[in-house]
Amino acid sequence: MTVRVQEADFDISAEIALLRAGNPKIGAIASFIGVVRDLNEGDSVVEMTLEHYSGMTEKSVEAIISEARGRWQVMDALVIHRIGTLKPLDQIVLVVVSSAHRGDAFAACEFIMDYLKTRAPFWKKEQTGAGARWVDARVADDAAAERWRRP
Amino acid sequence: MITVLYFARLREVFGKASEQLALPPEGGAGAATLDSVRAQLAARGGVWAHELALQRSFRVAVNQAVARLDTPVKDGDEVAFFPPVTGG
Repeated sequence: MTVRVQEADFDISAEIALLRAGNPKIGAIASFIGVVRDLNEGDSVVEMTLEHYSGMTEKSVEAIISEARGRWQVMDALVIHRIGTLKPLDQIVLVVVSSAHRGDAFAACEFIMDYLKTRAPFWKKEQTGAGARWVDARVADDAAAERWRRP
Repeated sequence: MITVLYFARLREVFGKASEQLALPPEGGAGAATLDSVRAQLAARGGVWAHELALQRSFRVAVNQAVARLDTPVKDGDEVAFFPPVTGG
């Protein structure tokens, strides 16, 4: 498993090539990229700054990946999350999961992203036409993570 | 002493990212908890009392793991207060 928090952009093709290099047991690779939108809560977003809790971030994402590996057949997983100043169209986050079969890859990828949104210590501050503001946590994100709760 | 960290909106409102605090004295109920630290900070009044009131939706961590207000805190711990997360 690989977790990286970085200011630099990422290249999904290069990352996937690295993840699957020389492993013929992989039958499925699922990925997700989050990107910066130009509109949030009705206001135009000029740019945003991402802050994180160094140390806890890496531990929490590693714990999320470990939980995914306990639930599905996951061969490897990669999460890259950018920090610093980002603009609309920029990539923010990448999740890649490799598995023998697509069902496990799809589910684990979505699970990792839903848990990352509600558990990993990142915060967004937006610069909008209406001024600067910290983004509020969304109820819909909690609901998305809640779907994975086990009885 | 413990290290207390603040992030995002709380860091801005409090005007600091971190500070060293003497561990709150043990109460009748036993060892200090995150809630004793919270109460000690809230007693400063102003934005501290407002933001760290129990009905506010701040989050807490001890030694970089998600915690609750009844989580014990011991000397040398790293404690953090922050808003609900908004990454991804």
